[in-house]
Amino acid sequence: MDILLPRTLDEALGMKSDHPEAVPIAGGTDLMVEMNLGHRRPPIALDVHRLPELRQWRCTDGTLFLGAGMTYVRIIRELPGFTALAQASRSVGSPQIRNRGTIGGNLGTASPAGDALPVMAACDAEVVLAASGGRTRALPWHQFLVGPKKTAIEPDELILGARWRVTRGPGSFSKVGRRNAMVIAIASLCLVLDEDRRAVRVALGSVGPTVLRVPQAEAFAAGALAEAGVWDDPAALLPPEVIEAFGERVAASARPIDDVRGTAAYRRHACGVLARRALRWAIEDRQAGPAGHGRPAGSWGARC
Amino acid sequence: MSISTLTKTRGGVGESVRRVDGVPKVKGEFQFGSDLWAEGMLWGHTLRSPHPHALIHSINVAGALALPGVHAVLLAGDVPGKKCFGLEFADQPVLAGDRVRYAGEPVAILAAVDPETARRAAAQIVVDYEVLPPVTDMEAALLPDAPRLHEYGNVLRHVRIVHGDPDAAAEVWVEGYYETAMQDQAFLGPESGMAIPSSDGGVDLYVATQWLHVDREQVAPCLNLPAEKVRVHLSGVGGAFGAREDVSMHVHACMLALRTGKPVKMVYGREESFFGHVHRHPSRIWMRHGATREGRLVSVRARLLLDGGAYSSSGSAVIGNASTFAAGPYEVPNALIEGTRVFTNNPPCGAMRGFGAVQVCFAYEAQMDKLAKALGMDPVALRLRNALKTGSALPTGQIIQGSAPVREVIERCAAIPMPAAIPMPDAVSMPKEEGGRRDRLSYPGGAGNVSRGEALRRGVGFAVGYKNIAYSDGFDDSSEARVKLFAGSSGPIAEVHSAAAEVGQGVHTVLAQIARTELGVEHVVLHPSDTLVGSAGSTSASRQTMMSGGAVQLACQAIREELFDRVRLRAGMGDAPLVPDGALTLEGGMVLAGGVPVGPIEAYLDEPIERTRVYHHRPTRAMDAMGQGDPHVSFAFAAQRAVVEVDEELGLVRVVQIATAQDVGRAINPQAVYGQIEGGTAMGLGFALMEEVQVREGRILNASYTDYLIPTILDMPPVEAVLVEEPEPGAPYGVKGVGEPPTVVSTAAIVAALRDATGRALNRVPVRPDDLIGLTQPAASAGPPPAPDVPGPKAVPHYWGLTHGQGTLMEPE
Repeated sequence: MDILLPRTLDEALGMKSDHPEAVPIAGGTDLMVEMNLGHRRPPIALDVHRLPELRQWRCTDGTLFLGAGMTYVRIIRELPGFTALAQASRSVGSPQIRNRGTIGGNLGTASPAGDALPVMAACDAEVVLAASGGRTRALPWHQFLVGPKKTAIEPDELILGARWRVTRGPGSFSKVGRRNAMVIAIASLCLVLDEDRRAVRVALGSVGPTVLRVPQAEAFAAGALAEAGVWDDPAALLPPEVIEAFGERVAASARPIDDVRGTAAYRRHACGVLARRALRWAIEDRQAGPAGHGRPAGSWGARC
Repeated sequence: MSISTLTKTRGGVGESVRRVDGVPKVKGEFQFGSDLWAEGMLWGHTLRSPHPHALIHSINVAGALALPGVHAVLLAGDVPGKKCFGLEFADQPVLAGDRVRYAGEPVAILAAVDPETARRAAAQIVVDYEVLPPVTDMEAALLPDAPRLHEYGNVLRHVRIVHGDPDAAAEVWVEGYYETAMQDQAFLGPESGMAIPSSDGGVDLYVATQWLHVDREQVAPCLNLPAEKVRVHLSGVGGAFGAREDVSMHVHACMLALRTGKPVKMVYGREESFFGHVHRHPSRIWMRHGATREGRLVSVRARLLLDGGAYSSSGSAVIGNASTFAAGPYEVPNALIEGTRVFTNNPPCGAMRGFGAVQVCFAYEAQMDKLAKALGMDPVALRLRNALKTGSALPTGQIIQGSAPVREVIERCAAIPMPAAIPMPDAVSMPKEEGGRRDRLSYPGGAGNVSRGEALRRGVGFAVGYKNIAYSDGFDDSSEARVKLFAGSSGPIAEVHSAAAEVGQGVHTVLAQIARTELGVEHVVLHPSDTLVGSAGSTSASRQTMMSGGAVQLACQAIREELFDRVRLRAGMGDAPLVPDGALTLEGGMVLAGGVPVGPIEAYLDEPIERTRVYHHRPTRAMDAMGQGDPHVSFAFAAQRAVVEVDEELGLVRVVQIATAQDVGRAINPQAVYGQIEGGTAMGLGFALMEEVQVREGRILNASYTDYLIPTILDMPPVEAVLVEEPEPGAPYGVKGVGEPPTVVSTAAIVAALRDATGRALNRVPVRPDDLIGLTQPAASAGPPPAPDVPGPKAVPHYWGLTHGQGTLMEPE
């Protein structure tokens, strides 16, 4: 097995173009496990973890760009204002895994259980891909993640990162596992409120072939918030039966299966519970206001 | 003779001495079995059956042998001696011959220049299997038309204990059915070792194991070598918990080394390790308890079924244990206990921390809670009313002769303060800076961020359990130790040579402490553990502190006698100060007479003194056909109280506190005892909440630590432990083993707390989130699991005994 060690992005893209069979490796928290288990044996590994272009994030013109080489520990430290993203990053594996694992790996592996994926889906992220010769393209997340462990990436492309328009409003990420840390999701959910568009966006992980959005439930919640006057008056209350109904709609949208980690019935049930809680928390957090939990202003939905 | 002041010997019995292997382990410098290396060594590899039950028609190894770097490929026909090994009965093939009985059974072994080449070569071996229908259900294995997995059928052992009048009338009855899953020992260091051929035609095997001598007893006949040509040395052991009692890579590495003439190292991968060792027996248990209205137990009936998988391993002892402990640590005048250990095509099961006592404790403690409820009695009071004590009769007719502070452990556990009340759910009204918010990591679900305190319900559970110390059923598992006292350059040194396997539990530290106390010498060195000294018996059954500790104590006492003879002799010859009146003792490197220093110890060590002694526990007597006898040496008891929080909507759990009191006899190293209690509790917690080897149609579905979950630090609560020290008569210093009782009792205590929190029956462990929120129904049974109609514990031709079993059990077909 050959290891390619590019120093720059251009060099990396050239190598990928010359060796389309090369598999990129950054933290190695997925690839090395697969290799150790004998599931995969790539002829060439392309080590992208040193590339400076991938190891950065920037927040400009209202858009966050998250380099593919951003590790979870850096997200937790450097982007705590992106609450849901930071919460998802904190839920990943162990400290060692969070030190090594990257956003690009989460996207490239495209597991339905990838912890950061529901956050990116709820944020309507685009995945930025590059190939040699200065060719880049951006795919909406749902066009990039096309199936369990399947993406729309071309063999000569590398993942540069993900980007999304930063919205104002609270949000959270929750993940159910059978132990209290270091566990692969049985079900996960990200909910964000978009204050400016008065929208609710919800994405589910580990309950379908890919991450799922739940448009009907989202529209229902946004409408209910409008009807109750919550958008205009944070102190207004959403009737409990509405929150209940929202949970039922989210649960109904899940497409779970039975597997070694959990049952389909439990997964569906958990989606409903997580949805109800996330909506209640969002409303609570709006009432508390951006600084309410001792965080800097703009923390729920950091601005660029 | 410069020393004239007297100091107390430091680092002796009763002190929380730092572990002898602590610093290298913390610094990552300790050499574990997987770190072994030798010049020119080869890597061994095992090809395993993918099928739980199949006939082997042919094996073609040409492709593997053709690969450059492959030095040998060996099959069943290449086994030089006996074709099978086993702890109790030699029924497990070194390599499968014409039949495989479980998925993962070794079929071929090979040696190559590196692990990668070895793996690729294994993929080139072509095995022609004829797949047979597997027997995968423990009850189905007992059906008359079930395929017979062994010549003698599918029952390894049936135990029947008849005590008093099982039909005695009682005023209140409770009945229950319970299931426990297959648990893995989850040691961190996978099976590993290295075999080095020697010039005498023998072999030196360095291996991570629990009992060097029983390994040799099994390995040598398979290699067709006399025992003295197989020298077994202990390599660094990364945890054991029963999983290293059985032979794993031992014979394979030796065969490859002898064939190639080179050192051969074998290390199982994490996935392979799940197939490389036995697991805890899954069980189905039915019990009926009868009591008077005042809460006195009248009768216990129990039917136990243990799924042993494909081979015997230590299964006959496990079902013996499960059966004899089925009534719990209570006085029960009448009982009928029927226990059966069956063969299936599931992965083999054998020893694991708790050894049969875990499964029944989960059942009998659930029964005691049911009974308390039926009687309207406090569960703790009910347990106190029926608690065993010294002099009590057990269902086997055995009278407890040693200490049995059951009442004390219950009372002292119950007296430990409860944790603070459940904090208010955090809310916007109580932001963090106002000091009211609880750390969200501390809610059920932990790092998953699923809770701000919603639907939180707290529950409290109490359980009492017990476990035998050392081997039972008339088996004399003696321990030998050799101690040498000699003059070093800066004072006397004691060298302790014991084959007791240090598996992480701290026995080597304990042996050094005993030598210090007995000889009054601080400088103790440990000779590497090997088979050049006699057997220490197994590091199992919570026995090494008592047994090898006893042997070291005896050897030291013998040395002391010789030393004192020298002191008296020299005093009589007049070339030393006269011995003052009073008994001779040793302390702080000095010989004392009546408490007054006579001279430094090394002054009497012109010749070193070496003594070898063997410690035997009191003899026991195996059960007869009615299950009557005197089977166990002594007992250790523990009580635990668990406080849990359950998220009632998500079925997630956080254990808030474990309070426990344990009968330890005497704590030689209190810190190590607390460590055993915490570790044993973590294992019981894992079994209660998450640990299950999932097996479907004979295949393991979750052979990795990604999906076989063990508790993390966010799952483990603080453990408030109280040591009850009531010395065991006849044991050195009054010690009892401490490793197993916490595991026996904590699963039961935690599930009791979950029942209290949710009001649900929860009769199966591990408890799933689905069970806690009512998505699943309790495990159901049509009635008591069947007991085969076999007369008494003679289901197998000859049983118990490594030496006996090795010789007498049938060869495989």
